[in-house]
Amino acid sequence: MSVLPRRRNGEIPATDGVVIRMAGIRKVYDTGKVKVEALRGIDLVVHRGEFVAVVGPSGSGKSTLMNLVGCLDTPTEGGLADARNRRVGFVFQSFNLLPQITAFENVEMPLLFGGVGKRERQARVTELMDRVGLADRMEHRPTELSGGQMQRVAIARALAMNPDVVLADEPTGNLDTSSGGDIMGLFEELWRQGRTLVVITHDMALARRAGRIVEVRDGLILRDEPTGSVATLREARASHG
Amino acid sequence: MRAGLVFQLFLASSRVQKKRAVLTIASIAWGSVALLLLLAFGEGLKQQLSRGSAGMGTNLAVLWMGETSRPWQGLPAGRAIRPRVDDVNLLRERIPGLVGIVAEMRNWRTAFTYGAKTVNGRLTGSSPEYGELRNFYAQPGGRFIDALDEASKRRVVFLGNERAKEIFGDEDPVGKTLLINQTPFTVVGVMKRKIQMGTYGGPDAENAVIPLSTYVAMFGSDRVGNIVLKPERPGEMPRVLADVRRIMGAKYGFDPADEKVFPTWDTVETGSVMRNILLGIQVFLGVIGALTLMIGGVGVANIMYATVKERTREIGVKMALGARPSWIVAPLVLEGLLYTVVGGAIGLVLGMILIVLIGLIPTAGNDALEFLGKPTVSPLIGVATAAILGLVGLLAAYFPARRAASVDPAQTLRYE
Ligand SMILES: Nc1ncnc2c1ncn2[C@@H]1O[C@H](COP(=O)(O)OP(=O)(O)OP(=O)(O)O)[C@@H](O)[C@H]1O
Ligand SMILES: [Mg+2]
Repeated sequence: MSVLPRRRNGEIPATDGVVIRMAGIRKVYDTGKVKVEALRGIDLVVHRGEFVAVVGPSGSGKSTLMNLVGCLDTPTEGGLADARNRRVGFVFQSFNLLPQITAFENVEMPLLFGGVGKRERQARVTELMDRVGLADRMEHRPTELSGGQMQRVAIARALAMNPDVVLADEPTGNLDTSSGGDIMGLFEELWRQGRTLVVITHDMALARRAGRIVEVRDGLILRDEPTGSVATLREARASHG
Repeated sequence: MRAGLVFQLFLASSRVQKKRAVLTIASIAWGSVALLLLLAFGEGLKQQLSRGSAGMGTNLAVLWMGETSRPWQGLPAGRAIRPRVDDVNLLRERIPGLVGIVAEMRNWRTAFTYGAKTVNGRLTGSSPEYGELRNFYAQPGGRFIDALDEASKRRVVFLGNERAKEIFGDEDPVGKTLLINQTPFTVVGVMKRKIQMGTYGGPDAENAVIPLSTYVAMFGSDRVGNIVLKPERPGEMPRVLADVRRIMGAKYGFDPADEKVFPTWDTVETGSVMRNILLGIQVFLGVIGALTLMIGGVGVANIMYATVKERTREIGVKMALGARPSWIVAPLVLEGLLYTVVGGAIGLVLGMILIVLIGLIPTAGNDALEFLGKPTVSPLIGVATAAILGLVGLLAAYFPARRAASVDPAQTLRYE
């Protein structure tokens, strides 16, 4: 049985299916004394197969936006389309791997939670670890891995349940420039394979490698535009015929 | 969820808190020891007491001879009613469903002389049935008063073991002759030592019993001192007592409903009161034990809260990865239960060893130890201890686990 949707390398995924649709989203944190209006009216549509980079200064509301998309939190006001039925894979800045168990078992975890059978788990985890280039590190514990490797394990884990969208909050924030670039490369590869990705980053250079940049400032979307990467991808598709 | 993974997670986290885990298990063990010992002491006390209350005989009623408290058919109140020995024989004939009914005559200052030694004390005259009703059992080599003694007014005496010791010292009294109020009597038996809680007039160990017929001849009066009776079924006691008043009332002319005529000690009634008191004592001891165990439970809850706090991030991650709350809660509850079960098992084993050791301490001869020093385990105690342990474990694990289930992943996953 096919574990992940197999697409031929370089194939351009269709972008018509809507994965995320937010309309007039507001989020107010009520800490008792003060009310922080983290999001003040967000409209955002992300289609299947898109690679969106979310940028913006610290405190602008990026993580809040991400939590709402991933259903880890609920908006104070506004519409969030078919959020519940959507499968989401998370990647965190601090990896959030469980230190007591091996890389393999970390990737296996969501499959266990999803009730996937043992044989299929084995196959899927092996394939994912191979995909993120860590086939030889499966039995290592997270503490025995470098930051970049840990983040790869986390990405494999996020992909395990074959999610509709992968959400990554500053996935390169804890990594040096070169490992950060590698992780971004992995995301590009996933994008080429048809994955939908939303990645928060501070690094504009990395953001430009995504297909679309959404800039958040003070809880509002200031800018939302495609990058040249999409064109590159289109050219790739065109030349592929 | 894969059991191995759960176990691995458990081991990994409990390694971090090994010291805390050991202390917690120790406190649960201590609580279990306390609970088990208290319950066992309570049970031992109860069994000793019921054995003790059985010492006087069970399901008896003792009737004293009193006065009428109300006028009856022209007769005034305040008349003393003094039945005779024959009246007791009448009652024996007329009342069905009796194990026995006997007259008991007593003299409080009787001189017992053996050789050069004279002691003063109680003398009782009663029928052979008296021995059965009131649990006078003879030591080997002797016997109680029998029917022949009674029929032929023999001068024989059955001595309480303390009285025998007082008069004869280390000598074997059976077959010896002593003087009772200057009249020679032969000792036919000495009472086997018994634990006696209830007494009226003094313990049986200090008594001396002679045949009723002999007593009447000796003291020249056949007015009954008191009546001792026992129905075949304890529940019939009220009916039997009513029969006594009805038959005697008809003969002596008093209101059969007048309970003051024969002031009565109904041991069926007082026995049930005592059983309730004993149950109360046991519950009280159990509550103290349970509270001690509860302290251990607080320890478990504490360690579980700490665990949940330490693993908040882990829990948040698992939730973000799609874990259902029960998958978060179940391993934590299991962990809490495990501490309780391990601690409880250690405690119960230690407790049993202690109970056996305490049971080995000789207590014969020391009254206080005889009542307190015999902790006893019953199946009910086992069930109660296990149930309390389980409850403590569940409670101690449930609340922390509930906190774990309410972890907000968005909060915990914020980058620190
Ligand atoms: N749980 C919370 N309670 C109160 N205020 C909060 C909470 N979470 C976020 N905020 C506030 O909401 C605003 C947006 O926070 P958010 O974490 O979304 O910013 P961000 O864009 O992710 O910043 P960074 O780049 O530093 O991660 C900030 O002012 C923050 O203080
Ligand atoms: Mg953030």
